[in-house]
Amino acid sequence: MKKYLLFLVVILTSLSVSAQVKISGVVRNHRAKKIIGASITLKNSYDGTVSDSMGNFSFTTFEKGEFVIEAKMSDHKTVEQKITITKEAIVLNFVLKEEVSELKAVTVTAGSFEAGDKKRAATVMSSLDIVTTASANGDITGALKTLPGAQQVGEQEGLFVRGGAGYETKQFIDGSYVANPFFSGAADIATRGRFSPFLFKGTVFSTGGYSALYGQALSSAVILESIDLPEKSEIDASISSVFVGLGTQHLAKSKKSSYGINYGYTNVGLYFSIIKQKPDYFTMPAFHSLEGNFRFKTKKGMVKFYSSFNAQELGLRRANIDSADLKNAFGLKGTNWFNSMSWKEVLGNGWKMNWSASYSTITDDIFAQIQNQNNEYVSTGKSYIDAGSFTIKNTTNVSQIKSVFEKKLRGISAVRFGSEFWHSYTKIKYSSYYSTLSDNLFAAFAETDLYITNGLAAKIGARVEQSSILNKWNVAPRISFAYKTGKDAQMSLAYGDFYQKPENLYLYQTKDLGYVKATHYIANYSKASEFYTFRIEAFYKKYQDLIKTYPSYNNAGSGYAKGIELFWRDKKTVKNLDYWISYSYLDTKRDFNNYPMQLQPTFAANHTASFVAKKFVLKWKTGFNMTYSYATGRPYYNFQNTGSKYEIKDEGKTKSYNSLGFSLNYLPNLGKPKAKSFIVWVLSMTNVLNQEQVYGYNYSNNGNIKQAITPPAPQFFFLGCFISWGVDRSQDAINNNL
Amino acid sequence: MKKVIILSFVLVNTMFAAFSQNEKFTAAMASALEQMKAAKTPEETAAVAAKFERIGDAEKTQWLPYYYAALIKAQSAFAAKDKDKAADEATAILDKAEALEKNNSEILCTRATICYAHMMVDPMTRWMQYGAEATKNLDASIKADATNPRPVILKANSLKNTPEQFGGGCETAKPLAEKAAKLLADFKPASPIHPTWGKEVVDQILESCK
Repeated sequence: MKKYLLFLVVILTSLSVSAQVKISGVVRNHRAKKIIGASITLKNSYDGTVSDSMGNFSFTTFEKGEFVIEAKMSDHKTVEQKITITKEAIVLNFVLKEEVSELKAVTVTAGSFEAGDKKRAATVMSSLDIVTTASANGDITGALKTLPGAQQVGEQEGLFVRGGAGYETKQFIDGSYVANPFFSGAADIATRGRFSPFLFKGTVFSTGGYSALYGQALSSAVILESIDLPEKSEIDASISSVFVGLGTQHLAKSKKSSYGINYGYTNVGLYFSIIKQKPDYFTMPAFHSLEGNFRFKTKKGMVKFYSSFNAQELGLRRANIDSADLKNAFGLKGTNWFNSMSWKEVLGNGWKMNWSASYSTITDDIFAQIQNQNNEYVSTGKSYIDAGSFTIKNTTNVSQIKSVFEKKLRGISAVRFGSEFWHSYTKIKYSSYYSTLSDNLFAAFAETDLYITNGLAAKIGARVEQSSILNKWNVAPRISFAYKTGKDAQMSLAYGDFYQKPENLYLYQTKDLGYVKATHYIANYSKASEFYTFRIEAFYKKYQDLIKTYPSYNNAGSGYAKGIELFWRDKKTVKNLDYWISYSYLDTKRDFNNYPMQLQPTFAANHTASFVAKKFVLKWKTGFNMTYSYATGRPYYNFQNTGSKYEIKDEGKTKSYNSLGFSLNYLPNLGKPKAKSFIVWVLSMTNVLNQEQVYGYNYSNNGNIKQAITPPAPQFFFLGCFISWGVDRSQDAINNNL
Repeated sequence: MKKVIILSFVLVNTMFAAFSQNEKFTAAMASALEQMKAAKTPEETAAVAAKFERIGDAEKTQWLPYYYAALIKAQSAFAAKDKDKAADEATAILDKAEALEKNNSEILCTRATICYAHMMVDPMTRWMQYGAEATKNLDASIKADATNPRPVILKANSLKNTPEQFGGGCETAKPLAEKAAKLLADFKPASPIHPTWGKEVVDQILESCK
């Protein structure tokens, strides 16, 4: 018996000693590149290892019999192999196929600046960035003007992008087109945007080559995505040199729905009585704005409703350019009501739906009058002067409905398709002439995101549109590629055709017009890490079928734009200092309106640069922000009709544009955990150095008098106090400044 | 006789197997913990994490190996090139631990570590979300086990790294670190392979806040 037992022990021990079997091999990817750090596991045992810097692995095991051995690596498909372990050493190799993942894959970025708190580290601008950009005065458009591609145009609202006019840039909120994102105003004075930057969690400023999902924008698209649910319920109040406001946000206990309502009243009367303005205001610009929102979570999605109503008035007198005895009076009363609703839902099985609808109705009631020195109406008998007396009553309704479906394909590739329908109706009464325009625009679009590997992606799409007023179709292909060139670096190429309906201004004259067209070619290189962003972009744009107004209204216009743009942002090098530099070179000419030939348009400067810096001083609880903008002079022309054609009677270039803006934010309750309210004081000033700014020139009818177009006042000062109760915003301030 | 031999063979084998399984687990864990202490390079740390993961996969019912694997991944996420990815990997493993052991103070504490790693990608824009989430997890961790020093240590550490103007700095961090040191001195791990770490961090805070 003892013998047997001894025998048994000997056998057992010898087994365990001799039974150590070595398992080794190499792990590579499908392109035969070694994989470092892959985890090799003999399943159901503790045994295994990690592949070394040569992709080799080797370990020993006591296990015997049938086993599954597994090789695992992030971003790769796991591979299993069956093995039988006997006494022999085992050599086996693994080939792991790369899996395309959202985090690692390149994104197609040609032409667009993404801002917002996307998971990607390299965001360019957040809503806090917008409000802390000096010179922007809390205006989205003002902040976007510090990015490459945009012009420093001050005499008209809108974004003038890469040789395009302001009306060639369109804004979209949650997929819905915004019929008029700016307040109405008088000629030669730019107005602000109507939407607060805090409404949005993400802003994409696309300067070209954008997706087939967006249409009717020839040059640029500003794509705004509204915030989901607010963090907490709160009440906000504000008071400043030009406005007062009160609002509330209420988040339901279930944290599944919220509503908010805000009222604001702006009146610049007090401010204008202290700071002298060039025009003589007889009705001080005043605005009422009321907005409300309602949002709720659905099973796997979200519904958002937003409504904003504005009413405004203003009235001003300026000297008449043709006669020193006369004045031009201008009065405006207007309302603007914008409603948008969106519904996003994950339908399962890789399907997603995005539905949106919007309705806007805008009324403007304008009167313009030639007046004498006693501010009384006069008729001179000279038609070129008397043309300055008229009234306009204008009503515009735009409704839009859009649905987009998305299906995920293998990996993270996806197809997207959908359609949209716009109905627009405009009724205008110009003095005693009535005119109406009505259009049904139908569009269908499809695009696909193809991730060929983690380093190569393509976006291929097309858009088809039909407008009933033009009774014409257009087909617009859009293609872009992105290729990863190294760590954090990529190159992108984009090509696309873009169409836009002619402005109503032209359609009142004739409906016998076609779409205006632009073709974009863009090449871009960008390198972005946590704290730095660098990008360089070159573009070429070809304009076709632009609207000519002489000798007849037709599509005979044409043009081009080309240029190079640079952007550099650095949040790290100097502690607590965040700065960016943008530079745009633009070479553009176009023949449109009454231009006698292709000329550099009055809204285009050859060189534009901005320097923006923000520094927060913790000790003083104060943020200091500055912006310096520079642009070379823009051309101006005096075209005179010689009877058979327009000729350039006079031309020149304005002096270069320089502006230094400064603002500071003081947060007195910062870091006081027990403070019940959160307060932000804002002080800002534009054109600190009081540099003369000339946007262009107006000419008298005979061409003998040339008058500079300048801002209504050289500088703008702002002092405001914003208070919120219920939520500790100091965290907001900390994360923005650490 | 034959029967006796076979019987004894079977008996010894099963006993050996049953006994050794537990023994083997503890031994493997102990050796992995040694390896974890000794690991210096990122490669060595990754190898230890993989080892813990293998032990967890083989055992199927033990939360500790997954906990350690997740802890190592979460801590190395701070130095990782792609912090989000590393933190997401840590979360995936920690989820496995949590599936086996619900409402565990140590696991909740590691969740907070993962939140801080996410936050470090872009503290400016992520403070709100991940800072709050970390605090929530630390509070839950303390609630699950008031004697656990580790969530207190993380709180103290986070305060120390917050500027004084925002209610951080040594003034608020030091008392918390002292409390953590006391908890640590009194802390008795449930077994030799249960978590005991934290002394170095506390000492560091106390040292710099002298």
